[in-house]
Amino acid sequence: MVHHDFCLRNLGRFKKIVIWITGKPLQRFFNLTSKNVHVKIDEMKTNAGLIKNLELSIGKVINDNYAEPMGPTPMPSVTALRDWDMKLLTKYKPFYMPDCDSCCLCTFGKCDLTAGKRGACGLDIAAQSSRIVMIACAIGASCHSAHSRHLVHHLIEKYGRRYPLDIGGLNVKVEAPVTRLVTGIKPETLGDLDDVLAYVEEQVTQILATAHTGQESCNLDFESKAFHIGMCDHVGMEVGDIAQISTLGYPKADPEAPLVKLGIASVERSKPVVMCIGHNVVPSVGIIDYAKEKKVDDKIEVVGLCCTAHDMTRYYNRARIVGPISWELRFIRAGLADVVVLDEQCIRTDVAEEAAKVNTPVIAASEKNCVGFKNRTNDSTDAIVEDLVSGKVKGVLILDPEKVGEVAVRVAQAVAPMRKRKNVLPSVEEVVAIAKTCTQCKQCQRNCPQDYAIPAALKAAAAGDLSKLTDLYEVCIGCGRCESACPQGIMIHSLIVKAGEKSMYCEDNLCRSGRGAVSDVEIRNVGSPIVLGEIPGIVAIVGCSNYPKGGKDVYDIAREFASRRYIVVLSGCSAMSAGSYRNSEGKTLYEEFPGGFEAGGVSNVGSCVANSHIAGAAIKVANIFAKRPLRGNYEEIADYIHNRLGAVGLAWGAYSQKAAAIGAGFWRLGVPVVVGPHGSKYRRMLLGRKEDPSNWNVLDARTGETVNVGPAPEHLFNVAETKEECIVQIAKLCFRPNDTWKGRAGKLSHYIDLHKRYMGVMPNDVHLYVRTMADVPITLKDEIGKILEANNWKETVIPDPTLLPRMVRKMK
Amino acid sequence: MSCEPWQCAEIASTKKANVIQKPEIAVAMMKKAQRPLLIVGSNVTERWMEGKQAIDYIIDLANASKIPVVATAHMVGEFIKRGYTPAAFWNAMEISQRVCDPTWMGLDGKGHPDLVIYVGMPYYMEALILAGLKHFAPDLKTMTIDNMYHVHASWSFPNATLEEWAANLKVMTSKFSGGN
Repeated sequence: MVHHDFCLRNLGRFKKIVIWITGKPLQRFFNLTSKNVHVKIDEMKTNAGLIKNLELSIGKVINDNYAEPMGPTPMPSVTALRDWDMKLLTKYKPFYMPDCDSCCLCTFGKCDLTAGKRGACGLDIAAQSSRIVMIACAIGASCHSAHSRHLVHHLIEKYGRRYPLDIGGLNVKVEAPVTRLVTGIKPETLGDLDDVLAYVEEQVTQILATAHTGQESCNLDFESKAFHIGMCDHVGMEVGDIAQISTLGYPKADPEAPLVKLGIASVERSKPVVMCIGHNVVPSVGIIDYAKEKKVDDKIEVVGLCCTAHDMTRYYNRARIVGPISWELRFIRAGLADVVVLDEQCIRTDVAEEAAKVNTPVIAASEKNCVGFKNRTNDSTDAIVEDLVSGKVKGVLILDPEKVGEVAVRVAQAVAPMRKRKNVLPSVEEVVAIAKTCTQCKQCQRNCPQDYAIPAALKAAAAGDLSKLTDLYEVCIGCGRCESACPQGIMIHSLIVKAGEKSMYCEDNLCRSGRGAVSDVEIRNVGSPIVLGEIPGIVAIVGCSNYPKGGKDVYDIAREFASRRYIVVLSGCSAMSAGSYRNSEGKTLYEEFPGGFEAGGVSNVGSCVANSHIAGAAIKVANIFAKRPLRGNYEEIADYIHNRLGAVGLAWGAYSQKAAAIGAGFWRLGVPVVVGPHGSKYRRMLLGRKEDPSNWNVLDARTGETVNVGPAPEHLFNVAETKEECIVQIAKLCFRPNDTWKGRAGKLSHYIDLHKRYMGVMPNDVHLYVRTMADVPITLKDEIGKILEANNWKETVIPDPTLLPRMVRKMK
Repeated sequence: MSCEPWQCAEIASTKKANVIQKPEIAVAMMKKAQRPLLIVGSNVTERWMEGKQAIDYIIDLANASKIPVVATAHMVGEFIKRGYTPAAFWNAMEISQRVCDPTWMGLDGKGHPDLVIYVGMPYYMEALILAGLKHFAPDLKTMTIDNMYHVHASWSFPNATLEEWAANLKVMTSKFSGGN
């Protein structure tokens, strides 16, 4: 689809101009508030007479190059896919765990909703709980789409609306699978992305409106709306990532994207260090471009924390990834940054205070996070640099990314020799002395999200043994809540960082730069073995670093499945954590395994917004391999994915509303998501009941008969309490009704093997996953045979599974 | 310590757990229950008291009281390693969803539990599960025998040291006929 923005001087040579409105969905494109077509006629002779100086602005002219017929649900409204949602929600019932007994969102309240009580508006706790889930998802979706909106505005301004999208050349013909599926638009230029985002933005508004007091009342409808905004979130993320991939020279669906440096030790501390935190790469690009232009790029270090780090290295592979969000405090307090640049999302809100303690100036570069600084965007660069270098101001707000680039580089160069890596870490002797002031009141432990035994570590430190503090360094998420709670004012996190300093300065690892999309060729290669179950599953490990016991768990989980030739895909902070450890041969995960979307491959798709490529890969299997129509055809594609594609999402350290939105996008596609124990704080699980056969009926699309396929997959959203349980749960959630005998036997082998290894016993539900004796792994025939006999097992058929009656080809 | 939630931010509760002042009270409730169930989480291998892990104390209690045990996470293997076979093993959410459902007929299919006892899950996770049961299974009695006050349970011990916890568990075990 191409939207022309043109000026016609000789319109008179056309006999007739017809603008077709081809159906209700496309009427949305003719939004007269959008000035997308501007016709200016200087002079035209027609039969009717002479026209001079006519200017005409209309919504848009559709030059529809997307040959595929429009499906049933382009740009679905809030309720267009409600029936599909209800099918999933019938199968996977919400299990609510309210974090709060009351509702305090309006002035009727607070209302106590405990155990059946209703609020002044009539709402009950189930609806309130699902409302909170939906609001979280809407916050997440708005965050990603606002990020994408900024990117699209900025990149259009820089490159023009007609700049072509290219995310993988000839290897990626389905360039925007989520967008095509949801909106029916095939974007070809940056300008096309405007329309896509407008849809997402409208949906965010509609969804948030339903959270108002006295609007939606049913918990399942809130759940459906959470699914809806999750779906939109993936569209918004896809827009952002394909815009930046197309314009900024990122790796394009490249399984061999470069390996980039990861870890604090990879930073050359003799050079001035510019540290960027957040998710929006635009200011970082300004910094890197300025440094290159002035030929100082090899004289400074540009490093990143959180997803900005991923996108910086996609733009410039000499940039460094310091680590996930939880490394912010340790990096700043260790004095490693000479200037801190903040963009948006996942930034500690006390960065400015922390940076001030080590004389590090801060530049806020996003409207979304102004930090209370004076807006200096229109001031001269010299004046801003002088103020920051002299310490006259602690920070500034600059909303021009190019100016950010110049200021950051110049300030870092000027400040570094003066700061001399000033830090606030105590000496070892001071650690011991400070630890002696601890009164063992336990407030630190009681305020630690992980309930770590900090008092015991301080007690040991007071006696000169720092080993327990060093152990905490490995698992601490760096939130600093322990310090806020300490009545003695002990800077506990600084003590932990000091104790872990040796380890910190050995963190020199590798991450594969974000590859972006999965290519069509890769999809063709793996489509059949995935759908038939011969590749046992796709494990997508995404999200943040709120890990219950450190990042090593992520490495272990990824390595376990890659070694078993599952397809492992990572993104965001999880992709960094996975690269932060080495095997016995000294290789990081990204060196040990290939970077392709293939059996035994470990890919990093990139930053938060690149999560859309994981959903996109699933969608492309349905479209490219199975030839299912894509355009505006959400239900059918989701039905295909849910019943055939053994994909599981894992957000082991999920903490954010964005992670909730990403999860919701997968839920609506029918892809199960597992979270770590902290994920229970999302307050709602979506659980199947494996012992209830009525839960597991599908239609056989060949005959229309109802077939019981067992709990495959068993849940749509669940918590795993430990790494060991998580590994087993992932293997189990890869079962799909469509698995062939060979595929199911392979999946059962992995499930049983992992269960025995990590749980110590044979699983007790094997009989539910055996449909015919051919499903049973040969080496386990005797063992499983006895289980089947004990459970009165009966053989069943392997259907062509669907939850959609309209997909049945022949009713019996 | 006073009866405040162990993790300080977990306070958003209008209905708070009754405090178990003495282990004998917990034992009396366990004995009174017709169909009690003990759900044991993953932290029981991480807490050490007097040279033993918490799981060892729980095994002693389970053996003495004959209360059926559901092991969550990967704890089933840990129990079996120690010579105790739990009645079932289940994911924490899966078993909690079932005890929340009044039509669920228990592990043996003979009736719904009338007392569900939790111990040893990550504090915040156990707190949320207990909140879910408080709201959606208001007739179900829940108890925790952790050394951390759980505001959302029906009954909970107050915050206590590991030494006090060990003492409480030993007293409880001794009060059952199978105890020492």
